[in-house]
Amino acid sequence: MAASVSAGRPARAARAPVAAHRRHRLDRTLSPYLYIAPFFLVFAGFGLFPMLYTGYVSMTNWRVDVPGSQGQWVGLENYRKLLDDPFFLNALKNTVGIGVLSTVPQLLLALVLAHLLNYRMRGRTLFRLGVLLPNVTSVAAVTLIFVQLFGRDYGLINWTLGLFGVEHIDWQAGTLSSWTAISAIVTWRWTGYNALIFLAAMQAVPFELYEAAAIDGASRWRQFRSITVPMLRPTILFSVIVSTIGALQLFGEPMLFGQQQDPTTGGSQHQFQTLALYSYNQFWGRFKYGYGAAVSWAMFLLIVVIVAANLIAARRMKGLDA
Amino acid sequence: MSRNRQLSAGRGVYAFLGAAVLLSVFPLYWTLVAASRNNTDIHSVPPILLPGANLLHNIGQAFSRTDMGLALLNSLIVSSLVTASVVLTSTFGGFAFAKLPFRGSRPLLATVVATMMVPTQLGIIPLYIMMANWFHWADHLQALIVPAAANAFGLFFMRQYLVTSLPDELLDAGRIDGCTTRGLVRHIVLPTARPAMSVLGMLTFMATWNDFYWPKVVMTQQNPTIQLTLSELASGYIKDYSLVLTGALVASLPVIAVFLLMGRQIIDGIMQGATKG
Repeated sequence: MAASVSAGRPARAARAPVAAHRRHRLDRTLSPYLYIAPFFLVFAGFGLFPMLYTGYVSMTNWRVDVPGSQGQWVGLENYRKLLDDPFFLNALKNTVGIGVLSTVPQLLLALVLAHLLNYRMRGRTLFRLGVLLPNVTSVAAVTLIFVQLFGRDYGLINWTLGLFGVEHIDWQAGTLSSWTAISAIVTWRWTGYNALIFLAAMQAVPFELYEAAAIDGASRWRQFRSITVPMLRPTILFSVIVSTIGALQLFGEPMLFGQQQDPTTGGSQHQFQTLALYSYNQFWGRFKYGYGAAVSWAMFLLIVVIVAANLIAARRMKGLDA
Repeated sequence: MSRNRQLSAGRGVYAFLGAAVLLSVFPLYWTLVAASRNNTDIHSVPPILLPGANLLHNIGQAFSRTDMGLALLNSLIVSSLVTASVVLTSTFGGFAFAKLPFRGSRPLLATVVATMMVPTQLGIIPLYIMMANWFHWADHLQALIVPAAANAFGLFFMRQYLVTSLPDELLDAGRIDGCTTRGLVRHIVLPTARPAMSVLGMLTFMATWNDFYWPKVVMTQQNPTIQLTLSELASGYIKDYSLVLTGALVASLPVIAVFLLMGRQIIDGIMQGATKG
């Protein structure tokens, strides 16, 4: 195939050099756009357009169960209502609470794991495979497994805690207990993945730095704190941002963790209803398209604000070092 | 490379990592235990930690009580088609961003990266309306395939790989030999990109197989994916936990199999994606 292409071209080019030249230029200017077009078409049609349309819907009073309400313009009224909606504020609190409880231990643990995986050892690949395994299992499967493990009466976790004299905990019922359980599911799934990302960055740190520090008498812990962590800062920032975005969209875990009739309420007292669950509940439970759309956009704005805050904080910290 | 000059692991490191791996693997092992026993066994105190003999019976039950066969087939079709499409569009697009000069390539690439921040929830209602009322695709597999046919992560992933792995000299040589851009893609880019394509393929396959939110919105139990069947199994009034966990096991087996076969490449891919700037 390669031969026919390279043999055919010069012959044709000799016959019509001008046309071939033009075709060649056209090929060079046009084909890049052709190659990136599929992504932009799919994104425009199924990402950008729905997102903007959601923005429009969020400024209407559209309720599926009220005929003629589609397109009833209310401006920013839905957003104003969000601020006095106790369920929205509750979902916001839950999302942030579960987010902090899952992201912080997850990333700290990942850092420690990465540090240990960076030692020279036997069975390196096996250890790496082991810690990544949770990440390939689906949210649905993982959550159902953990619902069992977190069972009140027969769950393995309560049984284990019982060995240490801890009374059985009703993990679904309480606020802090349900947040802890959901965070444990998230942490279990993502720690190994983050550890591998940190490990990759650690392997790029020049070994000479550690040698020099060791000669200067720096302890292992000091080396970790003063060399590894600063060198990893961009990677850590990346992981913080990605985990935060993930945490703010938490949906499957709280949905399947709820063992009551309506899984979108996030527990009998809404104790673990996240923003994603709340918007879903508005759309499909209550048919409030306009209001649900406002919840979705508020979520997105929150993500943008938090990511921006992270970036600014990172820049500040860099400034302090320099 | 400094690898052979790293510090050697002591006993403490092995112990800690061993514990971490045990914690990682245990819930999945326990799923196998539960899936091979009956409901009473699962609820016994102290807990039983060894597999029983009920696995085949439970799998049979799971298949007869739900549409698990259809769900597995649906998930296989959707995941395969999405994977093929994402890998191809990402390789082409990644190549264009990595190696072809064109007007606006920088802002367009920045746009691709920025789109990764957009949460699925943000477009879910209009997307559902489009599928249900405009295209009449609700509850059809196209509704899962078409919107997922290309994505920003894949494009960016392939671009990062090709920037460093595809030598400019090779492309120049191809040009001098009279290759068109299509010829370059066919004879140089695709062969060079193959390792990254297989990693992206596996990641895409697993992500699509595991997806829950969008299928939950647009599909019904009449035409489910495997994750939907799984959530259906768990939402019955009287729960047979050994059956639920059998479902979890069946739904996870394909991705675990892929992972065990290709785990090393997946790890390399994840780690590469993290460092290549």
